[in-house]
Amino acid sequence: MSSIVSIKDLSKTYNSGFEALKNINLDIKKGEILALLGPNGAGKTTLISTICGIVSPTSGTVTVDGSDIITDFRKTRQMIGLVPQELTLGAFEQVFQTVSFSRGLFGCKQDDDYINQLLKDLSLDDKKDIEVRALSGGMKRRVLIAKALSHEPQILFLDEPTAGVDVELRKDMWKIVRQLQDKGVTIILTTHYIEEAEEIAERVGVINNGELLVVEKKELLMENFGKKQLVIELREAAKEIPHTLHKHNVELTDDGLNISYTYDTTNEGSNIQEVLKEVSDSELLLKDIKINQSSLEDIFVDLVKLK
Amino acid sequence: MMNFRAIKVIYLHEMLRFWQTLFQSIASPILSTALYFVVFGAAIGSRISNVEGVSYGLFIIPGLTMLSVLTQSISNASFGIFFPKFTGTIYEILSAPISFYEALIGFVGAAASKSLFLAAIILITATFFVDLNVAHPFWMLAFLILTCVAFSLFGFIIGLWAENFEKLQIVPLLIITPLVFLGGSFYSISMLPPLWQKVTLFNPVLYLVSGFRWSFFEISDVSVGISLLMVIVFLSACIGVVAWIFKSGYKLRQ
Repeated sequence: MSSIVSIKDLSKTYNSGFEALKNINLDIKKGEILALLGPNGAGKTTLISTICGIVSPTSGTVTVDGSDIITDFRKTRQMIGLVPQELTLGAFEQVFQTVSFSRGLFGCKQDDDYINQLLKDLSLDDKKDIEVRALSGGMKRRVLIAKALSHEPQILFLDEPTAGVDVELRKDMWKIVRQLQDKGVTIILTTHYIEEAEEIAERVGVINNGELLVVEKKELLMENFGKKQLVIELREAAKEIPHTLHKHNVELTDDGLNISYTYDTTNEGSNIQEVLKEVSDSELLLKDIKINQSSLEDIFVDLVKLK
Repeated sequence: MMNFRAIKVIYLHEMLRFWQTLFQSIASPILSTALYFVVFGAAIGSRISNVEGVSYGLFIIPGLTMLSVLTQSISNASFGIFFPKFTGTIYEILSAPISFYEALIGFVGAAASKSLFLAAIILITATFFVDLNVAHPFWMLAFLILTCVAFSLFGFIIGLWAENFEKLQIVPLLIITPLVFLGGSFYSISMLPPLWQKVTLFNPVLYLVSGFRWSFFEISDVSVGISLLMVIVFLSACIGVVAWIFKSGYKLRQ
Protein backbone atom coordinates (compact mmCIF):
# COMPACT_ATOMS: atom_id res chain seq x y z
CA MET A 1 0.00 0.00 0.00
CA SER A 2 1.29 3.46 -0.87
CA SER A 3 1.36 6.13 1.81
CA ILE A 4 -1.19 8.94 1.67
CA VAL A 5 0.18 11.03 4.52
CA SER A 6 3.90 11.36 4.97
CA ILE A 7 5.33 13.09 8.02
CA LYS A 8 9.05 13.89 8.11
CA ASP A 9 11.00 15.21 11.10
CA LEU A 10 7.96 17.08 12.37
CA SER A 11 8.44 19.15 15.51
CA LYS A 12 6.16 21.60 17.23
CA THR A 13 7.09 23.94 20.04
CA TYR A 14 4.31 26.22 21.24
CA ASN A 15 4.95 29.87 22.04
CA SER A 16 4.86 28.94 25.71
CA GLY A 17 7.97 26.85 25.06
CA PHE A 18 6.11 23.57 25.43
CA GLU A 19 7.54 20.95 23.07
CA ALA A 20 4.42 19.11 21.92
CA LEU A 21 5.99 17.11 19.09
CA LYS A 22 9.58 15.93 18.86
CA ASN A 23 10.86 14.88 15.48
CA ILE A 24 7.94 12.74 14.38
CA ASN A 25 8.35 10.50 11.34
CA LEU A 26 5.30 8.60 10.18
CA ASP A 27 3.83 7.25 6.96
CA ILE A 28 0.12 6.65 6.92
CA LYS A 29 -0.93 4.12 4.32
CA LYS A 30 -3.79 4.64 1.96
CA GLY A 31 -6.97 2.97 3.13
CA GLU A 32 -5.75 1.88 6.56
CA ILE A 33 -7.14 2.49 10.01
CA LEU A 34 -4.41 3.84 12.23
CA ALA A 35 -4.86 4.42 15.93
CA LEU A 36 -2.64 6.91 17.72
CA LEU A 37 -2.46 5.82 21.28
CA GLY A 38 -1.12 7.87 24.13
CA PRO A 39 -1.93 9.37 27.50
CA ASN A 40 -3.50 12.82 27.81
CA GLY A 41 -1.11 15.55 26.73
CA ALA A 42 1.06 13.16 24.73
CA GLY A 43 0.81 15.23 21.53
CA LYS A 44 -1.89 13.30 19.64
CA THR A 45 -4.14 16.29 19.06
CA THR A 46 -1.21 18.54 18.15
CA LEU A 47 -0.11 15.99 15.57
CA ILE A 48 -3.45 15.76 13.81
CA SER A 49 -4.10 19.50 14.19
CA THR A 50 -0.84 20.12 12.38
CA ILE A 51 -1.77 17.83 9.50
CA CYS A 52 -5.19 19.50 9.25
CA GLY A 53 -3.76 23.03 9.22
CA ILE A 54 -4.92 24.25 12.62
CA VAL A 55 -1.45 24.32 14.15
CA SER A 56 1.63 25.52 12.27
CA PRO A 57 4.62 23.18 12.47
CA THR A 58 7.86 24.53 13.94
CA SER A 59 9.98 22.36 11.67
CA GLY A 60 9.66 19.37 9.41
CA THR A 61 7.31 18.62 6.55
CA VAL A 62 4.00 16.91 6.04
CA THR A 63 2.74 15.84 2.63
CA VAL A 64 -0.74 14.59 1.84
CA ASP A 65 -1.00 12.59 -1.36
CA GLY A 66 2.33 14.10 -2.40
CA SER A 67 1.32 17.73 -1.77
CA ASP A 68 2.82 19.89 0.95
CA ILE A 69 0.31 20.93 3.62
CA ILE A 70 1.57 24.51 3.65
CA THR A 71 2.40 25.44 0.06
CA ASP A 72 -0.42 23.35 -1.38
CA PHE A 73 -2.91 23.69 1.47
CA ARG A 74 -5.99 23.91 -0.72
CA LYS A 75 -5.39 20.50 -2.21
CA THR A 76 -4.38 18.77 1.02
CA ARG A 77 -7.16 20.21 3.20
CA GLN A 78 -9.72 19.35 0.54
CA MET A 79 -8.82 15.70 1.06
CA ILE A 80 -9.10 15.78 4.83
CA GLY A 81 -12.06 15.68 7.19
CA LEU A 82 -11.62 16.30 10.92
CA VAL A 83 -13.87 15.37 13.80
CA PRO A 84 -12.56 17.40 16.73
CA GLN A 85 -12.36 16.18 20.28
CA GLU A 86 -14.53 18.88 21.81
CA LEU A 87 -18.19 19.23 20.88
CA THR A 88 -17.62 22.54 19.12
CA LEU A 89 -20.74 23.56 17.26
CA GLY A 90 -22.48 26.85 16.69
CA ALA A 91 -25.51 26.89 18.96
CA PHE A 92 -28.19 28.45 16.80
CA GLU A 93 -27.76 26.65 13.51
CA GLN A 94 -29.91 23.79 12.41
CA VAL A 95 -28.32 20.43 11.71
CA PHE A 96 -28.78 20.49 7.95
CA GLN A 97 -27.62 24.10 7.76
CA THR A 98 -24.41 23.53 9.65
CA VAL A 99 -23.48 20.42 7.64
CA SER A 100 -24.23 22.25 4.40
CA PHE A 101 -22.12 25.18 5.63
CA SER A 102 -19.16 22.84 6.12
CA ARG A 103 -19.52 21.53 2.59
CA GLY A 104 -19.46 25.08 1.25
CA LEU A 105 -16.38 25.97 3.30
CA PHE A 106 -14.52 23.21 1.50
CA GLY A 107 -15.54 24.73 -1.82
CA CYS A 108 -17.91 21.92 -2.80
CA LYS A 109 -21.02 22.57 -4.80
CA GLN A 110 -24.21 22.52 -2.78
CA ASP A 111 -25.65 18.98 -2.86
CA ASP A 112 -28.73 18.55 -0.69
CA ASP A 113 -29.20 14.91 -1.74
CA TYR A 114 -25.73 14.02 -0.54
CA ILE A 115 -26.23 15.82 2.79
CA ASN A 116 -29.61 14.16 3.29
CA GLN A 117 -28.11 10.74 2.66
CA LEU A 118 -25.22 11.51 5.00
CA LEU A 119 -27.64 12.54 7.76
CA LYS A 120 -29.61 9.36 7.17
CA ASP A 121 -26.48 7.20 7.44
CA LEU A 122 -25.73 8.86 10.75
CA SER A 123 -29.32 8.48 12.01
CA LEU A 124 -29.75 12.24 11.99
CA ASP A 125 -32.42 12.49 9.30
CA ASP A 126 -35.21 13.21 11.78
CA LYS A 127 -33.07 15.89 13.46
CA LYS A 128 -32.07 17.89 10.44
CA ASP A 129 -34.23 20.94 11.19
CA ILE A 130 -33.43 21.00 14.88
CA GLU A 131 -31.09 23.58 16.35
CA VAL A 132 -27.78 22.06 17.31
CA ARG A 133 -27.93 23.28 20.91
CA ALA A 134 -31.06 21.17 21.49
CA LEU A 135 -29.22 17.92 20.71
CA SER A 136 -27.74 15.47 23.18
CA GLY A 137 -23.98 15.01 23.40
CA GLY A 138 -24.08 11.84 21.32
CA MET A 139 -26.13 13.51 18.62
CA LYS A 140 -23.76 16.46 18.55
CA ARG A 141 -20.92 14.02 18.01
CA ARG A 142 -22.81 12.61 15.03
CA VAL A 143 -23.30 16.12 13.64
CA LEU A 144 -19.55 16.69 13.91
CA ILE A 145 -18.95 13.49 11.96
CA ALA A 146 -21.47 14.60 9.32
CA LYS A 147 -19.68 17.96 9.06
CA ALA A 148 -16.34 16.23 8.64
CA LEU A 149 -17.75 14.00 5.89
CA SER A 150 -19.71 16.78 4.17
CA HIS A 151 -17.07 17.32 1.49
CA GLU A 152 -16.44 13.61 0.86
CA PRO A 153 -12.87 13.51 2.21
CA GLN A 154 -10.43 10.71 1.48
CA ILE A 155 -8.79 10.95 4.86
CA LEU A 156 -10.72 11.19 8.09
CA PHE A 157 -9.24 12.20 11.42
CA LEU A 158 -11.20 11.29 14.53
CA ASP A 159 -9.82 12.94 17.64
CA GLU A 160 -10.91 10.96 20.68
CA PRO A 161 -14.15 9.97 18.96
CA THR A 162 -15.55 7.93 21.80
CA ALA A 163 -14.83 10.24 24.72
CA GLY A 164 -18.10 10.50 26.61
CA VAL A 165 -20.00 8.39 24.10
CA ASP A 166 -22.42 5.60 25.03
CA VAL A 167 -22.07 2.00 23.90
CA GLU A 168 -24.64 2.26 21.14
CA LEU A 169 -23.04 5.26 19.50
CA ARG A 170 -19.63 3.66 19.83
CA LYS A 171 -20.86 0.59 17.97
CA ASP A 172 -22.48 2.80 15.34
CA MET A 173 -19.30 4.75 15.02
CA TRP A 174 -17.20 1.67 14.39
CA LYS A 175 -19.74 0.55 11.82
CA ILE A 176 -19.43 3.89 10.05
CA VAL A 177 -15.65 3.73 10.25
CA ARG A 178 -15.62 0.29 8.64
CA GLN A 179 -18.04 1.40 5.94
CA LEU A 180 -15.83 4.36 5.18
CA GLN A 181 -12.82 2.10 5.00
CA ASP A 182 -14.66 -0.08 2.50
CA LYS A 183 -15.07 3.03 0.37
CA GLY A 184 -11.31 3.53 0.50
CA VAL A 185 -11.20 6.27 3.14
CA THR A 186 -8.06 6.35 5.28
CA ILE A 187 -8.91 6.72 8.95
CA ILE A 188 -6.71 8.01 11.73
CA LEU A 189 -8.10 8.05 15.22
CA THR A 190 -6.57 9.11 18.48
CA THR A 191 -7.54 7.51 21.71
CA HIS A 192 -6.33 6.80 25.17
CA TYR A 193 -8.56 3.76 25.42
CA ILE A 194 -6.49 0.76 24.52
CA GLU A 195 -9.50 -1.48 23.88
CA GLU A 196 -10.56 0.91 21.19
CA ALA A 197 -7.31 0.62 19.32
CA GLU A 198 -7.34 -3.11 19.84
CA GLU A 199 -10.85 -3.37 18.45
CA ILE A 200 -10.69 -1.29 15.32
CA ALA A 201 -7.19 -0.38 14.23
CA GLU A 202 -4.94 -2.20 11.84
CA ARG A 203 -1.85 -0.34 12.90
CA VAL A 204 -1.16 1.31 16.20
CA GLY A 205 1.17 4.21 16.89
CA VAL A 206 2.13 4.92 20.47
CA ILE A 207 2.88 8.55 21.38
CA ASN A 208 4.20 9.80 24.66
CA ASN A 209 5.71 13.18 25.57
CA GLY A 210 5.64 14.24 21.94
CA GLU A 211 7.59 11.26 20.70
CA LEU A 212 6.33 8.50 18.49
CA LEU A 213 7.58 5.45 20.33
CA VAL A 214 6.48 2.82 17.89
CA VAL A 215 4.18 2.28 14.91
CA GLU A 216 3.41 -1.29 14.12
CA LYS A 217 0.71 -3.60 12.89
CA LYS A 218 -1.42 -4.44 15.85
CA GLU A 219 -0.62 -8.14 15.72
CA LEU A 220 3.10 -7.52 15.23
CA LEU A 221 3.13 -5.05 18.06
CA MET A 222 1.62 -7.62 20.34
CA GLU A 223 4.00 -10.26 19.12
CA ASN A 224 7.13 -8.11 19.30
CA PHE A 225 6.50 -6.30 22.51
CA GLY A 226 4.19 -8.78 24.11
CA LYS A 227 5.28 -11.26 26.68
CA LYS A 228 3.86 -14.58 27.63
CA GLN A 229 3.82 -16.05 31.03
CA LEU A 230 3.54 -19.67 31.98
CA VAL A 231 1.93 -20.03 35.38
CA ILE A 232 2.19 -23.31 37.21
CA GLU A 233 -0.22 -23.72 40.11
CA LEU A 234 0.88 -26.03 42.88
CA ARG A 235 -1.19 -28.23 45.17
CA GLU A 236 0.99 -27.42 48.15
CA ALA A 237 2.89 -24.25 48.80
CA ALA A 238 6.58 -24.45 47.96
CA LYS A 239 9.13 -22.78 50.23
CA GLU A 240 11.58 -22.07 47.45
CA ILE A 241 12.16 -22.63 43.77
CA PRO A 242 14.06 -25.84 43.09
CA HIS A 243 17.67 -24.96 42.30
CA THR A 244 17.41 -26.64 38.90
CA LEU A 245 14.98 -23.90 37.84
CA HIS A 246 17.19 -21.00 38.89
CA LYS A 247 18.80 -20.69 35.48
CA HIS A 248 15.41 -19.78 33.97
CA ASN A 249 13.44 -16.58 34.50
CA VAL A 250 11.25 -18.15 37.12
CA GLU A 251 9.52 -16.60 40.13
CA LEU A 252 7.60 -17.96 43.05
CA THR A 253 4.63 -16.04 44.42
CA ASP A 254 4.65 -15.04 48.09
CA ASP A 255 2.08 -17.66 49.04
CA GLY A 256 4.26 -20.26 47.36
CA LEU A 257 1.36 -21.63 45.32
CA ASN A 258 2.35 -20.30 41.88
CA ILE A 259 5.50 -20.51 39.86
CA SER A 260 5.62 -18.19 36.90
CA TYR A 261 7.94 -18.32 33.94
CA THR A 262 8.01 -15.21 31.68
CA TYR A 263 9.29 -15.41 28.13
CA ASP A 264 9.29 -13.30 24.98
CA THR A 265 6.97 -14.49 22.25
CA THR A 266 9.65 -13.83 19.66
CA ASN A 267 12.23 -15.83 21.54
CA GLU A 268 12.36 -19.12 19.74
CA GLY A 269 14.56 -20.48 22.43
CA SER A 270 11.89 -20.32 25.10
CA ASN A 271 12.51 -23.15 27.48
CA ILE A 272 8.97 -24.19 28.31
CA GLN A 273 9.73 -27.82 27.77
CA GLU A 274 12.77 -27.74 30.00
CA VAL A 275 10.96 -25.77 32.69
CA LEU A 276 8.04 -28.19 32.68
CA LYS A 277 10.38 -31.18 32.77
CA GLU A 278 12.31 -29.80 35.72
CA VAL A 279 9.12 -29.02 37.57
CA SER A 280 7.86 -32.54 37.06
CA ASP A 281 11.25 -34.00 38.08
CA SER A 282 11.12 -32.02 41.30
CA GLU A 283 9.02 -32.87 44.29
CA LEU A 284 6.45 -30.21 43.43
CA LEU A 285 2.84 -31.33 42.91
CA LEU A 286 1.11 -29.68 39.96
CA LYS A 287 -2.47 -28.48 40.21
CA ASP A 288 -2.90 -26.59 36.97
CA ILE A 289 -1.03 -24.83 34.18
CA LYS A 290 -2.05 -21.67 32.41
CA ILE A 291 -0.56 -19.20 29.96
CA ASN A 292 -1.09 -15.44 30.15
CA GLN A 293 -0.49 -13.17 27.18
CA SER A 294 0.08 -9.47 27.61
CA SER A 295 -2.60 -7.22 26.15
CA LEU A 296 -2.02 -4.07 24.15
CA GLU A 297 -2.54 -2.27 27.42
CA ASP A 298 0.39 -4.01 29.10
CA ILE A 299 2.54 -3.28 26.07
CA PHE A 300 1.46 0.33 26.14
CA VAL A 301 2.22 0.68 29.82
CA ASP A 302 5.63 -0.94 29.32
CA LEU A 303 6.47 1.29 26.39
CA VAL A 304 5.44 4.47 28.14
CA LYS A 305 7.32 3.47 31.30
CA LEU A 306 10.43 2.57 29.35
CA LYS A 307 10.78 6.13 28.13
CA MET B 1 -7.97 29.65 -7.54
CA MET B 2 -10.11 31.47 -4.97
CA ASN B 3 -12.56 29.48 -2.91
CA PHE B 4 -15.60 31.58 -3.81
CA ARG B 5 -18.05 29.09 -2.36
CA ALA B 6 -16.37 29.42 1.02
CA ILE B 7 -16.58 33.22 0.87
CA LYS B 8 -20.24 32.89 -0.02
CA VAL B 9 -21.11 30.50 2.81
CA ILE B 10 -19.22 32.55 5.40
CA TYR B 11 -20.97 35.70 4.17
CA LEU B 12 -24.40 34.08 4.19
CA HIS B 13 -23.73 32.42 7.53
CA GLU B 14 -22.87 35.78 9.06
CA MET B 15 -25.87 37.45 7.47
CA LEU B 16 -28.12 34.68 8.76
CA ARG B 17 -27.79 35.90 12.33
CA PHE B 18 -28.87 39.29 11.08
CA TRP B 19 -31.96 37.94 9.29
CA GLN B 20 -32.84 35.70 12.22
CA THR B 21 -33.07 38.78 14.40
CA LEU B 22 -34.46 40.98 11.65
CA PHE B 23 -37.05 42.66 13.82
CA GLN B 24 -34.41 43.65 16.33
CA SER B 25 -32.03 44.61 13.53
CA ILE B 26 -34.56 47.06 12.09
CA ALA B 27 -36.48 48.10 15.17
CA SER B 28 -33.54 49.18 17.28
CA PRO B 29 -32.04 51.68 14.77
CA ILE B 30 -35.52 53.05 13.98
CA LEU B 31 -36.19 53.53 17.66
CA SER B 32 -32.84 55.10 18.47
CA THR B 33 -33.04 57.44 15.46
CA ALA B 34 -36.55 58.48 16.46
CA LEU B 35 -35.37 59.11 20.01
CA TYR B 36 -32.47 61.28 18.85
CA PHE B 37 -34.85 63.29 16.70
CA VAL B 38 -37.32 63.76 19.48
CA VAL B 39 -34.66 64.78 21.99
CA PHE B 40 -32.09 66.64 19.88
CA GLY B 41 -34.16 67.59 16.86
CA ALA B 42 -37.46 68.66 18.36
CA ALA B 43 -36.94 69.32 22.08
CA ILE B 44 -33.43 70.79 22.19
CA GLY B 45 -33.05 71.56 18.50
CA SER B 46 -35.95 73.99 18.51
CA ARG B 47 -33.93 76.22 20.84
CA ILE B 48 -30.79 76.00 18.74
CA SER B 49 -30.50 78.35 15.81
CA ASN B 50 -29.46 76.97 12.46
CA VAL B 51 -25.96 75.58 12.30
CA GLU B 52 -24.17 77.04 9.30
CA GLY B 53 -27.50 77.56 7.57
CA VAL B 54 -28.88 74.08 8.25
CA SER B 55 -31.59 73.36 10.81
CA TYR B 56 -30.26 71.43 13.81
CA GLY B 57 -32.55 68.47 13.12
CA LEU B 58 -31.01 68.07 9.68
CA PHE B 59 -27.52 68.87 10.87
CA ILE B 60 -27.31 65.88 13.21
CA ILE B 61 -28.37 63.27 10.61
CA PRO B 62 -24.89 62.53 9.20
CA GLY B 63 -23.36 62.38 12.68
CA LEU B 64 -26.12 60.18 13.95
CA THR B 65 -25.69 57.83 11.02
CA MET B 66 -21.93 57.70 11.51
CA LEU B 67 -22.31 56.99 15.22
CA SER B 68 -24.37 53.90 14.46
CA VAL B 69 -22.29 52.81 11.49
CA LEU B 70 -19.00 53.02 13.39
CA THR B 71 -20.18 51.21 16.51
CA GLN B 72 -22.16 48.58 14.62
CA SER B 73 -19.40 47.87 12.07
CA ILE B 74 -16.96 47.28 14.88
CA SER B 75 -19.29 45.23 17.03
CA ASN B 76 -20.60 43.09 14.16
CA ALA B 77 -17.20 42.31 12.71
CA SER B 78 -15.46 41.79 16.03
CA PHE B 79 -18.22 39.53 17.32
CA GLY B 80 -18.33 37.63 14.02
CA ILE B 81 -14.74 36.42 14.33
CA PHE B 82 -14.53 36.38 18.13
CA PHE B 83 -17.50 34.06 18.58
CA PRO B 84 -16.04 31.10 16.61
CA LYS B 85 -12.79 31.60 18.52
CA PHE B 86 -14.71 31.57 21.78
CA THR B 87 -16.81 28.47 20.98
CA GLY B 88 -14.00 26.66 19.18
CA THR B 89 -15.81 26.37 15.85
CA ILE B 90 -12.92 28.32 14.30
CA TYR B 91 -11.24 24.90 13.85
CA GLU B 92 -13.41 24.37 10.83
CA ILE B 93 -12.37 27.57 9.11
CA LEU B 94 -8.71 26.90 9.92
CA SER B 95 -8.83 23.36 8.54
CA ALA B 96 -10.80 24.24 5.40
CA PRO B 97 -9.10 25.09 2.11
CA ILE B 98 -9.59 28.82 2.68
CA SER B 99 -6.97 31.53 2.72
CA PHE B 100 -7.00 34.16 5.42
CA TYR B 101 -8.14 36.77 2.91
CA GLU B 102 -11.12 34.70 1.79
CA ALA B 103 -12.30 34.37 5.38
CA LEU B 104 -11.69 38.09 5.82
CA ILE B 105 -13.82 38.99 2.79
CA GLY B 106 -16.65 36.81 4.09
CA PHE B 107 -16.63 38.19 7.64
CA VAL B 108 -15.86 41.83 6.87
CA GLY B 109 -18.18 41.86 3.84
CA ALA B 110 -21.06 40.66 5.99
CA ALA B 111 -20.34 43.16 8.77
CA ALA B 112 -20.06 46.03 6.28
CA SER B 113 -23.30 44.96 4.56
CA LYS B 114 -25.14 45.01 7.87
CA SER B 115 -23.84 48.51 8.61
CA LEU B 116 -24.91 49.75 5.17
CA PHE B 117 -28.34 48.29 5.77
CA LEU B 118 -28.45 50.00 9.13
CA ALA B 119 -27.42 53.34 7.63
CA ALA B 120 -30.18 53.01 5.04
CA ILE B 121 -32.76 52.40 7.77
CA ILE B 122 -31.56 55.41 9.77
CA LEU B 123 -31.64 57.69 6.74
CA ILE B 124 -35.09 56.45 5.73
CA THR B 125 -36.37 56.94 9.27
CA ALA B 126 -34.93 60.48 9.25
CA THR B 127 -37.01 61.40 6.22
CA PHE B 128 -40.11 60.98 8.37
CA PHE B 129 -38.89 63.79 10.65
CA VAL B 130 -37.10 66.20 8.34
CA ASP B 131 -36.96 67.06 4.70
CA LEU B 132 -33.71 65.36 3.73
CA ASN B 133 -31.92 66.18 0.49
CA VAL B 134 -28.54 64.76 -0.43
CA ALA B 135 -26.38 67.19 -2.38
CA HIS B 136 -23.81 64.63 -3.55
CA PRO B 137 -25.32 61.11 -3.51
CA PHE B 138 -22.22 59.54 -5.05
CA TRP B 139 -19.89 60.95 -2.41
CA MET B 140 -22.41 60.19 0.30
CA LEU B 141 -22.39 56.54 -0.72
CA ALA B 142 -18.62 56.55 -1.19
CA PHE B 143 -18.02 57.91 2.34
CA LEU B 144 -20.53 55.47 3.74
CA ILE B 145 -19.13 52.37 2.04
CA LEU B 146 -15.51 53.27 2.78
CA THR B 147 -16.37 53.86 6.42
CA CYS B 148 -18.35 50.63 6.73
CA VAL B 149 -15.50 48.62 5.24
CA ALA B 150 -12.75 50.39 7.19
CA PHE B 151 -14.46 50.03 10.56
CA SER B 152 -15.54 46.46 9.87
CA LEU B 153 -11.89 45.69 9.18
CA PHE B 154 -11.01 47.46 12.41
CA GLY B 155 -13.63 45.38 14.21
CA PHE B 156 -12.23 42.19 12.69
CA ILE B 157 -8.81 43.08 14.05
CA ILE B 158 -10.30 43.71 17.50
CA GLY B 159 -12.13 40.37 17.33
CA LEU B 160 -8.85 38.60 16.56
CA TRP B 161 -6.99 40.44 19.29
CA ALA B 162 -9.61 40.01 22.02
CA GLU B 163 -9.28 36.95 24.23
CA ASN B 164 -12.38 37.68 26.28
CA PHE B 165 -15.63 39.59 26.16
CA GLU B 166 -14.22 42.46 28.15
CA LYS B 167 -11.51 43.19 25.60
CA LEU B 168 -14.10 42.84 22.88
CA GLN B 169 -16.22 45.60 24.36
CA ILE B 170 -13.52 47.91 25.59
CA VAL B 171 -12.53 49.57 22.30
CA PRO B 172 -16.03 50.38 21.03
CA LEU B 173 -17.14 51.50 24.46
CA LEU B 174 -14.18 53.46 25.74
CA ILE B 175 -12.65 54.74 22.53
CA ILE B 176 -15.11 54.86 19.65
CA THR B 177 -18.17 56.28 21.42
CA PRO B 178 -16.29 59.24 22.98
CA LEU B 179 -14.47 59.91 19.71
CA VAL B 180 -17.77 60.02 17.83
CA PHE B 181 -19.45 62.29 20.37
CA LEU B 182 -16.44 64.59 20.50
CA GLY B 183 -15.88 64.47 16.75
CA GLY B 184 -18.54 66.98 15.85
CA SER B 185 -21.34 64.50 15.29
CA PHE B 186 -23.88 66.72 16.99
CA TYR B 187 -22.21 70.11 16.68
CA SER B 188 -19.95 72.07 14.39
CA ILE B 189 -16.46 72.48 15.79
CA SER B 190 -16.75 76.17 15.07
CA MET B 191 -18.99 76.24 18.15
CA LEU B 192 -15.99 75.22 20.31
CA PRO B 193 -13.38 77.50 21.91
CA PRO B 194 -10.26 77.79 19.68
CA LEU B 195 -8.15 75.46 21.82
CA TRP B 196 -10.70 72.65 21.65
CA GLN B 197 -11.08 73.17 17.94
CA LYS B 198 -7.35 72.38 17.60
CA VAL B 199 -7.65 69.34 19.87
CA THR B 200 -10.60 68.04 17.89
CA LEU B 201 -8.49 68.06 14.74
CA PHE B 202 -6.65 65.07 16.22
CA ASN B 203 -9.88 63.12 16.33
CA PRO B 204 -10.09 60.93 13.20
CA VAL B 205 -13.86 60.64 13.48
CA LEU B 206 -14.16 64.40 12.85
CA TYR B 207 -12.97 63.86 9.29
CA LEU B 208 -15.46 61.07 8.64
CA VAL B 209 -18.42 63.03 9.97
CA SER B 210 -17.33 66.24 8.31
CA GLY B 211 -16.89 64.65 4.89
CA PHE B 212 -20.11 62.72 5.22
CA ARG B 213 -21.98 65.87 6.26
CA TRP B 214 -20.53 67.75 3.30
CA SER B 215 -22.05 65.16 0.92
CA PHE B 216 -25.47 66.09 2.32
CA PHE B 217 -25.35 69.84 2.90
CA GLU B 218 -22.07 71.06 1.37
CA ILE B 219 -20.95 72.34 4.78
CA SER B 220 -17.90 70.90 6.52
CA ASP B 221 -15.49 71.51 9.39
CA VAL B 222 -12.47 70.45 7.35
CA SER B 223 -12.01 70.30 3.61
CA VAL B 224 -13.58 67.33 1.84
CA GLY B 225 -10.33 66.29 0.20
CA ILE B 226 -8.70 65.91 3.62
CA SER B 227 -11.72 63.98 4.89
CA LEU B 228 -11.52 61.55 2.01
CA LEU B 229 -7.76 61.23 2.47
CA MET B 230 -8.24 60.43 6.18
CA VAL B 231 -10.80 57.73 5.45
CA ILE B 232 -8.45 56.17 2.92
CA VAL B 233 -5.51 56.44 5.33
CA PHE B 234 -7.52 54.67 8.03
CA LEU B 235 -8.66 51.99 5.60
CA SER B 236 -5.08 51.46 4.42
CA ALA B 237 -3.84 51.25 8.01
CA CYS B 238 -6.41 48.53 8.75
CA ILE B 239 -5.44 46.65 5.60
CA GLY B 240 -1.80 46.97 6.65
CA VAL B 241 -2.49 45.50 10.09
CA VAL B 242 -4.55 42.71 8.54
CA ALA B 243 -1.73 41.91 6.12
CA TRP B 244 0.68 41.74 9.04
CA ILE B 245 -1.70 39.44 10.91
CA PHE B 246 -1.88 37.23 7.87
CA LYS B 247 1.88 37.02 7.53
CA SER B 248 2.55 36.38 11.18
CA GLY B 249 -0.48 34.17 11.79
CA TYR B 250 -1.08 36.31 14.88
CA LYS B 251 -3.47 34.65 17.33
CA LEU B 252 -5.13 32.48 14.72
CA ARG B 253 -2.79 29.58 14.17
CA GLN B 254 -0.62 28.57 17.05
